[in-house]
Amino acid sequence: MGYPHPSHPKETPVLSKHFGDPEARTFDGWVKHGGYEALRKAVGMTREAIIEEVKASGLRGRGGAGFPTGLKWSFMPKEAVKPHYLVCNADESEPGTFKDREIMRWTPHALIEGCAIGAYAIGAERCYIYIRGEFTEPWRVMSNAVDEAVARGALGANVFGSGKRVEMILHRGAGAYICGEETAMMNSIEGKRGNPRIKPPFPAVAGLFGMPTTINNVETLAAVPHILNRGAEWYKGLCLGNPKSTGTKLVSVCGHVQRPGNYEVVMGTPVREILYDMCGGPLPGRTFKAVIPGGSSVPIMTIEEAEAALFDYEGIVAQGSMLGSAGMIVMDDTTDMVYQIWRLAKFYAHESCAQCTQCREGTAWTTRIFERILSGKGKQEDFQLLLELSENMTGKTICVLSDSCAAPVVSGIQKFRSEFEAYIAGAREPAMAAV
Amino acid sequence: MADDLVNVTIDGMQVAVPKGTPIIEAAKQAGILVPHYCYHPSLPSPAVCRMCLVEVEKAPKLMPACVTTVAEGQVVHVNSPGAQKAREGVLEFLLINHPLDCPICDQAGECELQNYVFQEGRAGTRYAEYAKRYSPVEDFGPDILYVPNRCILCTRCVRFMEDVADTPVLNVSERGDRAYIGISPDEQLDHAWSGNVVDLCPVGSLLSKDFLHKARAWDLDKTASVCPGCTQGCNISIDTRDDVVVRLRPRPNLEVNRHFICDYGRMNYRWMNRGDRIEAPLVRDGARHIATDWDTALARLDQIVRGASGSAVILASGRASTESLGLVRRLLDRFDVTAAVQVPLGEEAPLARVPNLALRRERAPNLAGAELLGYTPHWEAAMREVLGAAVVVVLDADLSELDEAALAAAPGMLVVLGTTFADGLRNAELVLPLTNMAEENGTYINRDLRIQRYQQAKSQPGMARPAWWVAGEVLAGPGPSPSAPSTAAEAFELLGERWPVFAGLTYRDLGYTGARLDRAEPARAAVAR
Repeated sequence: MGYPHPSHPKETPVLSKHFGDPEARTFDGWVKHGGYEALRKAVGMTREAIIEEVKASGLRGRGGAGFPTGLKWSFMPKEAVKPHYLVCNADESEPGTFKDREIMRWTPHALIEGCAIGAYAIGAERCYIYIRGEFTEPWRVMSNAVDEAVARGALGANVFGSGKRVEMILHRGAGAYICGEETAMMNSIEGKRGNPRIKPPFPAVAGLFGMPTTINNVETLAAVPHILNRGAEWYKGLCLGNPKSTGTKLVSVCGHVQRPGNYEVVMGTPVREILYDMCGGPLPGRTFKAVIPGGSSVPIMTIEEAEAALFDYEGIVAQGSMLGSAGMIVMDDTTDMVYQIWRLAKFYAHESCAQCTQCREGTAWTTRIFERILSGKGKQEDFQLLLELSENMTGKTICVLSDSCAAPVVSGIQKFRSEFEAYIAGAREPAMAAV
Repeated sequence: MADDLVNVTIDGMQVAVPKGTPIIEAAKQAGILVPHYCYHPSLPSPAVCRMCLVEVEKAPKLMPACVTTVAEGQVVHVNSPGAQKAREGVLEFLLINHPLDCPICDQAGECELQNYVFQEGRAGTRYAEYAKRYSPVEDFGPDILYVPNRCILCTRCVRFMEDVADTPVLNVSERGDRAYIGISPDEQLDHAWSGNVVDLCPVGSLLSKDFLHKARAWDLDKTASVCPGCTQGCNISIDTRDDVVVRLRPRPNLEVNRHFICDYGRMNYRWMNRGDRIEAPLVRDGARHIATDWDTALARLDQIVRGASGSAVILASGRASTESLGLVRRLLDRFDVTAAVQVPLGEEAPLARVPNLALRRERAPNLAGAELLGYTPHWEAAMREVLGAAVVVVLDADLSELDEAALAAAPGMLVVLGTTFADGLRNAELVLPLTNMAEENGTYINRDLRIQRYQQAKSQPGMARPAWWVAGEVLAGPGPSPSAPSTAAEAFELLGERWPVFAGLTYRDLGYTGARLDRAEPARAAVAR
């Protein structure tokens, strides 16, 4: 079942199969759909066997970085000298991304099951799910589901009678984008200001409360039960492009398309098919101009680059951007690119945690330069200045927020320079009042 | 030992440093200062200012020198073009909202932002079209102002209060370029050690009200000294302007006070500048005291100590130097001596997360030294001895009215060596002008028997002299004598003759951070004998 639109024939619904089906929200409904089989199976397996299975499936992190999940789990200490923690990143604050929200809204037990398997696999008895503060409905659905799962023995001190303990704690964010960064999230759970931490130490060594911790995205964990049920080979076979990218991926498409929404495609599906077949192409009388393929933090692609790309980790990189969270922002020919990049920069300036100098000052300065250009007071030197600021903001800070601000600026200037030139030359009506 | 050392090359200099040393400290060993703001050796490192980024060969990007530890064979470039460019970028970012009000800023001249910008910042700004962020000055506490406009958010103050003082009243409030240092509602920065945030602040954002607009940094003379506030013996710098003490600041000594001093010690300097000082030796003539020269005064003192016998009492200040306490004690060796040292008491105020560091109850910097030299803190007992004593020597003690009345009634000879003169001591045979601790060289011995030198920070008023000089001259006999000590160092070496604990020890051995007296036992035995 597709949601909010019917499933497209070119989609491969695995995670999204039950989106829109209220029955799947309940414990019994989920069991009817084959739910919790994987968890029952998992608690009978060794931890190593689960990790090997996930490794073999080729599952990679769906939050943005694309790190192999099984490998990440294997970094956790074998001996449980200290408590281990699993943190599920459900902060989903990346602009343009709304896939985790739907997983939690419609298939909460898929996530709970994935979390329980992940927790058991890494030797954690406690799992935190950090849910974005604005997600009120998913929070309600998840709360009910966790209560149900505890009542039915899927969670708690004795998971399905196996003697294994998995507790689950839902933690609500308070609306900070940066708390989606894994180390900031750990600080936030600990009750501290959500500032990213320096790495090393890495979370697998000293994470939440200083204990070995693994952080996984909602979509990653939700995929795990399917891998255990149907086997690593099946999952590995879901691949149309590069064999390093396997499985299905939810893509959140927003912007100037006929049918925005979540689509689930096999890795390696041509982006063209997503844009034109599933989403129905541009609005009447318009043509596509640009695509930001992975949430707002990745370089902008021209439509030519996007159309040439295969939708997987390597395919998007080959066209000069990154898969990121697969929140695809599509812009057509009516879009003012300078204005859109300003809007992104303003977002990052608002969300910078203020720790690192380059990010704190650089994001705000970048925003002001865009405001000046948009108010008709741009100068030729601004190109050089913006590029130099962006260079100073890239690869120099604790986390990648400032890199994320710089990426659209640099790619925007490279690919849509003429639009900047139009403002600077006065050929275009100022889009905002002088600052 | 060699196994624990790691060899690294920093800007071409090879150094071997202990495993686990951050690059920034290894660079210091190589004589290279990596510019930095948030890093401080006595605070945890958050690596937020991004100023100390250095190039480490084989690393994919620039690394923060404050949290990157050395590795065997590592090659680090502090001054490579890439690292310099990154620092120039940070400085430019830091300056965009900085008011550049250096001409009216107390920090100018000792400002790390000013220094690094002059060293390697851009000549001009590219942030010309915009108004800078403006926020009004905030009152953080009894002695501390916060000037948010100048703040570079290095968070040293936040970390000091949280991780060192264990009183987390400061925080970073807001986000992005709106961020500022906030103080918890209904809280004040009035912790007993909070003044350290002013020293820690690398810019002029946290200011001391006491020092506000008192002096420009380049007009200050700084003298290595020891805090005269309590028995802890924190190392300090006495900062003077035109021969007036204007502030005390901590001087690093990892063994005693790390980089900190308490607020009590910091503010305890006004007496150093007192104007109502005795400036000439005074000899009693009937009901009057007549100013005289030192030769006359010393001859009179010689007469007093040789012309009497029986018992004597010394009433000494807890701030008297080891040298003065020792030589004055020796001067009275012919008598049966009761020697007391004055120890004002106060509340103990520890600095939570630094072991063995506190403002101590005993507010006498040289209590341990006095005890080694045979003085006791039993003041009342000594006062009871006054009535039967042939000679009473007051060594700059701060006497109560009761004490003064007792001394006025005492039948023996009263000799006052002091910085100021109390009316109640009109019966003193001799009043001799002393230097205070800011005006002389000397040593204090702290509660852990660490003997530490302090140095003269300002000139003495009139004819004032250290007490060891007075005693030394009389001990050597009348007229010029080569055996009389002419420096504090010589006076110190004389102590060894009488108290073996000091034997063979010289000022050179003490250096600027002092030395532990590990031979305390024989000294006590000697005193007892």
